[in-house]
Amino acid sequence: QEARIFNETPINPRRCLHILTKIIYLLNQGEHFGTTEATEAFFAMTRLFQSNDQTLRRMCYLTIKEMANISEDVIIVTSSLTKDMTGKEDVYRGPAIRALCRITDTTMLQAIERYMKQAIVDKVPSVSSSALVSSLHMVKGSYDVVKRWVNEAQEAASSDNIMVQYHALGLLYHLRKNDRLAVTKMLNKFTKSGLKSPFAYCMLIRIASKLLDETEGGHDSPLFDFIESCLRNKNEMVVYEAASAIVHMPNCTARELAPAVSVLQLFCSSPKAALRYAAVRTLNKVAMKHPSAVTACNLDLENLITDSNRSIATLAITTLLKTGSESSVDRLMKQISSFVSEISDEFKVVVVQAISALCQKYPRKHSVMMNFLSNMLRDDGGFDYKRAIVDCIISIIEENPESKETGLAHLCEFIEDCEHTVLATKILHLLGKEGPRTPQPSKYIRFIFNRVVLESEAVRAAAVSALAKFGAQNDDLLPSVLVLMQRCMMDSDDEVRDRATFYMNVLQQKQKALNAAYIFNGLSVSVPGLEKSLHQYTLEPSEKPFDMKSVPLATAPITEQKTEMAPVATSKLPEKLAPSRQDIYQEQLAAIPEFQGLGPLFKSSDQVQLTEAETEYVVRCVKHTFVRHMVFQFDCTNTLNDQLLQKVMVQMEPSESYEVIQYVPATSLPYSQPGSCYTLVRLPDDDPTAVSCTFSCTMKYLVRDCDPNTGEPDDDGYDDEYVLEDLEVTVADHIQKVLKPNFGAAWEEVGDEFEKEETFALSSVRTLDEAVGNIVSFLGMQPCERSDKVPENKNSHVLFLAGESPVRRLNSPVPLVAKRASVTLSVRKKEKRTGGVQSRLERAQSSKTTLMLRSMAPPAVDALD
Amino acid sequence: MDSPILEPSLYTVKAVLILDNDGDRLYAKYYDDTYPTVKEQKAFEKNIFNKTHRTDSEIALLEGLTVVYKSNIDLFFYVIGSSHENELMLMAVLNCLFDSLSQMLRYLNSLGGTHNNNSQTTFSFYRKNVERRALLENMEGLFLAVDEIVDGGVILESDPQQVVHRVALRGDDVPLTEQTVTQVLQSAKEQIKWSLLR
Repeated sequence: QEARIFNETPINPRRCLHILTKIIYLLNQGEHFGTTEATEAFFAMTRLFQSNDQTLRRMCYLTIKEMANISEDVIIVTSSLTKDMTGKEDVYRGPAIRALCRITDTTMLQAIERYMKQAIVDKVPSVSSSALVSSLHMVKGSYDVVKRWVNEAQEAASSDNIMVQYHALGLLYHLRKNDRLAVTKMLNKFTKSGLKSPFAYCMLIRIASKLLDETEGGHDSPLFDFIESCLRNKNEMVVYEAASAIVHMPNCTARELAPAVSVLQLFCSSPKAALRYAAVRTLNKVAMKHPSAVTACNLDLENLITDSNRSIATLAITTLLKTGSESSVDRLMKQISSFVSEISDEFKVVVVQAISALCQKYPRKHSVMMNFLSNMLRDDGGFDYKRAIVDCIISIIEENPESKETGLAHLCEFIEDCEHTVLATKILHLLGKEGPRTPQPSKYIRFIFNRVVLESEAVRAAAVSALAKFGAQNDDLLPSVLVLMQRCMMDSDDEVRDRATFYMNVLQQKQKALNAAYIFNGLSVSVPGLEKSLHQYTLEPSEKPFDMKSVPLATAPITEQKTEMAPVATSKLPEKLAPSRQDIYQEQLAAIPEFQGLGPLFKSSDQVQLTEAETEYVVRCVKHTFVRHMVFQFDCTNTLNDQLLQKVMVQMEPSESYEVIQYVPATSLPYSQPGSCYTLVRLPDDDPTAVSCTFSCTMKYLVRDCDPNTGEPDDDGYDDEYVLEDLEVTVADHIQKVLKPNFGAAWEEVGDEFEKEETFALSSVRTLDEAVGNIVSFLGMQPCERSDKVPENKNSHVLFLAGESPVRRLNSPVPLVAKRASVTLSVRKKEKRTGGVQSRLERAQSSKTTLMLRSMAPPAVDALD
Repeated sequence: MDSPILEPSLYTVKAVLILDNDGDRLYAKYYDDTYPTVKEQKAFEKNIFNKTHRTDSEIALLEGLTVVYKSNIDLFFYVIGSSHENELMLMAVLNCLFDSLSQMLRYLNSLGGTHNNNSQTTFSFYRKNVERRALLENMEGLFLAVDEIVDGGVILESDPQQVVHRVALRGDDVPLTEQTVTQVLQSAKEQIKWSLLR
């Protein structure tokens, strides 16, 4: 539009300039120019090259660069630019080069190559720098052309001008970075000759540390010495770069860190905020790995806490929290609380995280932390901030039983005026879980019922559930809870009313088992699984209602859900913990016709490596357990690019009375594409000892050589085989982990009549921790109520485990009576199917004992059953 | 350690921003694709401004980027780099930008004093400071200066003297006579235009 003025003669530099400025300004504001519009303006602009006004010319260059992307035919100005680039006027030449390089492509580059080479070695620094930097930009597009300029760049690197040096070094490195030898040579040369530019030094340090990292060279190499020597450089920039390079080096010893840290310590007292910030940030990183190395700086860091820049202060504090000793924690906490209201939410979250890390380190300090956190909780803050605090408090409560009461009290207070529904429900859930077991559960009821009165629907519903838990666990509170429930039944929201009515009825039954089933260990089924089964149900309209307990397996072949009869004639779905992965496998297996009659998938194990990682073929196995069968899925990868494998299958030789029924081969296995083959095995029905089994596996296949490049296989192949490592099936494969939030209730639910007690000796186990870990992984059951964490300085521990096997439900708490002496194992089982399954039940149980014997020799078994 | 060793590179600066004291963009140049669209850029600028305009500290960590900044009267200067970048390098860029701008404006000021006495357009040259008004009047100087300091993310020059020299705003080595002639011509045109407009 206004570009028409360009066509006026004589050219009016001032006004044109003004318009160019306007154009650039508009581009800058994010205004969008249409292509035709831009091209028009561009053409008009080319006329401006006739003018000799310097600023105008320079603005032209700038506009060319800005518009290079949006307008067409920018190439036409090439000749003008080339003329300027080689002209006499130095002021034009640098910018002209940069503008030109912006608009040329590889083919055009050939034409100006000669000029570029000249420019790189030009005496005028700005020209040389411009040429070097432009070359660097063009390395991306046309590496080959720029590569030919290495010699010129080399010459430029020995220039006197500091910036030219820096740019030349950068370009040289980019051209040679794939050639480690050349980089090393270059480094050697420059470290010896010494550079003037601080920027170039920083670059050198970076290259050197990269090289050190790649070669994994020891820290005694000349490169490391070079970096260390840079710590004594005059320029702060270089010193900092060197220090941070040392800090970031992996496996650095404390001694090597010391000089870097002391330099950073000096920076901490610098008047420049940026320098202080840089130093503290780096020290913070050091503190993560080597807290002891930073202790020397503690004093300086403490001064920084009062820094006017809050970022610096926060970093200083978190660093101190990491390095500080237990005794200094109190003081620090006080200091933080003095300024915590002034920093932004993001930093507050950082502080909270640091505190929660600290709590794990010094559990005894929890009372201080708790006070601090509750104060923070009272302050204003966004959702993320509050959530971080709540998470932190909850984790403290879980770690420290002593802090439970104060923590819960703080949380109760918090939900009194909490506008975040998610947090409120989360806390209510926690209250319901932990509250009833505290000495004075009654005081929490008030808080919870307040929620019922005051809050939104979701919170009210959660509060009702929490109330029910109180009522179920504390008999003396039951009447009052029932009264409260009655009131909730008048609620305006359906969900709340439903829950209240439901809990009301359950509670009035006053049956432990009912309480356990409905209130403590609610349904925790795999949601997609449930959805699928319901979907299936709606697809097959039938007369009977969708009753979980009565849906036989046959009507829902693809569902994962087994439905089973619980003793008190209620329905309960089996819990699944790893639904997503398992559902994927379920789908995969269901797609294979051979496996369709197997019933629902019970459990899929983790992947087991059957080969070394770097061999010709990589085979991994996943064990899928069904009610009466097991399917082994072998994920094979062919790592030879000159072979095509066909008809791959894994032959299995069982050691026990397992019976291999069928192999499903993978038809073809090209290079680096994983394929799966399957082996179907039937579990023995009669032999009770055969839960565990070892299979020796051999992979058999037809090899066809093929061209590594084209992948064309030869016509003929030959049979070959490859021996894999043995595969073991253990007890854990038959047991699904189940998390029982309230173990005691689940234990009672099973009942006494299924109890069985046996004693085993664990001779190879040294500590309680180890014993617990072994038992958990061996049985493949889920430890409940965090009983897998053994408190210190105790010599007996009770471990709660819950699990479920295909035909039975098994809850076995394992009381460890003495440290590494004997284990009393008491097993309770719940029988879910009567009659014919009895023998399988026996099998599973007795085999378990034999297994325990085998792994925990020498057997000092005292079978108490 | 969470931050891997840096790939040595000359690409240091991710963006150069100048905002006014309402947080609106006066100048913005992004050198990589961290914020590809204008919308994202504006959002980022808003965020950055909210975080920084109240404090007088000069460095912050924001959205995983290191931001060094400086405020002067009614302007905010920002230089933005990756969080792994050497903070001091960014600081050098910021200082260079600020110093060269203030030198240029001061220079223009003296220039304006010598031979402009009839033009309304140049009165702002009397102001010494780097402020919004003065910068808007000398947008082309700003563009050229930033272009000389950072090229495509690479630091091109960090010495303000050099930058000012290279930007070489008019009057530097153009003969004074020619300068004044154009100037007079210009102001005459300006006068005519103004009278026409009225």
